[in-house]
Amino acid sequence: MRPDREVAIVAFAQSDHRRRTDDLSEVEMVMPVLHEVLRQTGLKTSDIGFTCSGSSDYLAGRAFSFTMALDGVGAWPPISESHVETDGAWALYEAWVKLLTGEADTALVYSYGKSSPGSVRDVLTRQLDPYYLAPLWPDSVALAALQAQALLDSGTTDEPALAAIAARSREDAAENPHAQLRGARPQGGYVVRPLRTGDCPPIGDGAAAVILAAGDRARELCARPAWIRGMDHRIEAHSLGVRDLTDSPSTRLAAERAGAFDAPVDTAELHAPFTSQEVVLRRALDLDDSVRVNPSGGVLAANPVMAAGLIRLGEAAARIHRGDSDRALAHATSGPCLQQNLVAVLEGENRA
Amino acid sequence: MKATPPPEILQAPLVVEFPFTRSLGPVQSAFLTGLRERTVLGVRTETGEILVPPVEYDPATAAELRDLVEVGVTGTVTTWAWNPEPRRGQPLATPFAWVLVRLDGADTAVLHALDAPGPEAVRTGLRVRIRWAAERSGAITDIACFEPYDSDPVVEHRPHDGLFADSVTGIVAPARLDYTYSPGAAQTRYLRGLAERRTVGERCPSCTKVYVPPRGACPTCGIATTDRVEVGPAGTVTTFCIVNIKAKNADIDVPYVYAHIALDGAGLALHGRIGGIPYDQVRMGLRVEPVWSEDGRYPDHYRPTGEPDADYDTYKELL
Ligand SMILES: [Zn+2]
Repeated sequence: MRPDREVAIVAFAQSDHRRRTDDLSEVEMVMPVLHEVLRQTGLKTSDIGFTCSGSSDYLAGRAFSFTMALDGVGAWPPISESHVETDGAWALYEAWVKLLTGEADTALVYSYGKSSPGSVRDVLTRQLDPYYLAPLWPDSVALAALQAQALLDSGTTDEPALAAIAARSREDAAENPHAQLRGARPQGGYVVRPLRTGDCPPIGDGAAAVILAAGDRARELCARPAWIRGMDHRIEAHSLGVRDLTDSPSTRLAAERAGAFDAPVDTAELHAPFTSQEVVLRRALDLDDSVRVNPSGGVLAANPVMAAGLIRLGEAAARIHRGDSDRALAHATSGPCLQQNLVAVLEGENRA
Repeated sequence: MKATPPPEILQAPLVVEFPFTRSLGPVQSAFLTGLRERTVLGVRTETGEILVPPVEYDPATAAELRDLVEVGVTGTVTTWAWNPEPRRGQPLATPFAWVLVRLDGADTAVLHALDAPGPEAVRTGLRVRIRWAAERSGAITDIACFEPYDSDPVVEHRPHDGLFADSVTGIVAPARLDYTYSPGAAQTRYLRGLAERRTVGERCPSCTKVYVPPRGACPTCGIATTDRVEVGPAGTVTTFCIVNIKAKNADIDVPYVYAHIALDGAGLALHGRIGGIPYDQVRMGLRVEPVWSEDGRYPDHYRPTGEPDADYDTYKELL
């Protein structure tokens, strides 16, 4: 279903993602990317109709850190603002809906994650089912490894194929000045077998921001807006043992509803924190070798948790802005083993 | 002896620890009480599938599920992952396999640990059985882990009423996360100033407001505060309250006064305790100065300077 109102991503900025940012508070990390998207569009804070952010206080262990981060927006006198306690891709979804309603013409979306103060593998266990899973502290790598083994058992992939995904991602990231792991590196030993160090994302801190605008406002603010032709998000059953871990029906359904299968895409930015999850997503999305997957290097090259999904949307949009893509798919995920999935289809208008 | 210079970036350990207390519905109560009694229950869906662990609503249709059945304590590994370095809170302290196990009679799998000598001893399809915890309370951890166990799969399950004496109605899942806190650039500068008994705010280059303590950004302008401005040491009480309930771990006798204090030169008030004056004599406009903690790292409280009270007009914008 095509949305009634045309909305586009008109600007995107991200930090240089780093293993640690002990020298910066959250707001100090976020502010430069906010200023960068405002600079790209020439907008001032007071021109923004709606602001939405995505983050999780659990990552850095700072209660209400998102209210502190809001200082960087210039939120006083009060602005129209919202926050989601998940990846910023879902903040973008909320902002998109807000613009579709006609209540705003521009929106600022940002997200950030500081994983370095804590142990992100353990922190993420706290998002799991509190009755049957959380008491066992199954960490994020362990759960992804169960999924990877199911893929290996099914004959869908093998370890060399996973290693090739790891190598391609980091080689592509050599061209991405913001990435944390730039250039190929050894696969290393098993972290949780069958996943090796190279199959896992780096741990790091970072932030990202985008600006959305509707209709002609978008054309004023950006030479080649990345129009959001459709966007949808869907979720799997929450019990891991109910799911077929080798498939992602929620991704496929979200893609269908976003119109991803209506015409071929030339680019896909997939939020696949583990190599094995790219295998699952490519199959769910029917992506063949003609599609450029994760030219940015993807999450295997930089994984600022809570911003990594928004960055997929931003990277896909930036490729359209630059004229490197005409129709791109962007995907974001949240939760264990691709629990929840968001798919957006972005298009650039034909150049005169 | 040379003093060790302080590290460039301030850091401190931070522990977030809390008991996560949850009530149980009828299905989860029966399942977890069953584990205490070494009985594993599943729930039957409308299509006849047996879900273990059981849920209250069908994941496919959202239909309410209440039809409990008892399944086996032996089962089959459906996928696994070898964990060479167990982490805090995980079921076993020695290397183990994470497994999803489909118990005999069930159609879905439960996540747990498998105690095995090494990854070569584990495969998908391995037959296993539950090893029960010696002490059981009605929790998923009543299953200590699984262990390899040769047996033929059976697909039988039998109806169960889910009734047990003293059924558990809730769980308490203790959570603990450890962090290393670092306060960022602006707050580090502020804390270093305090250690020298100086209160140093930061000025917004756009609206010129001086933030004390600084947090790195001006919330009005959305830009970084830059110029450092020493304020105080004295200030004015702009408003206050009288605390009558003793806070946990606080060794201050009640009643005492907690106040907003606008230090001279600051663009907003900070808060602190007022001492050195009976609580019922504290008033708006009272002039105060800091009394530093014994280690001199921060103002323990503020006490009257003895100056005449400030005019209301001098602090009304800072209320
Ligand atoms: Zn200002």
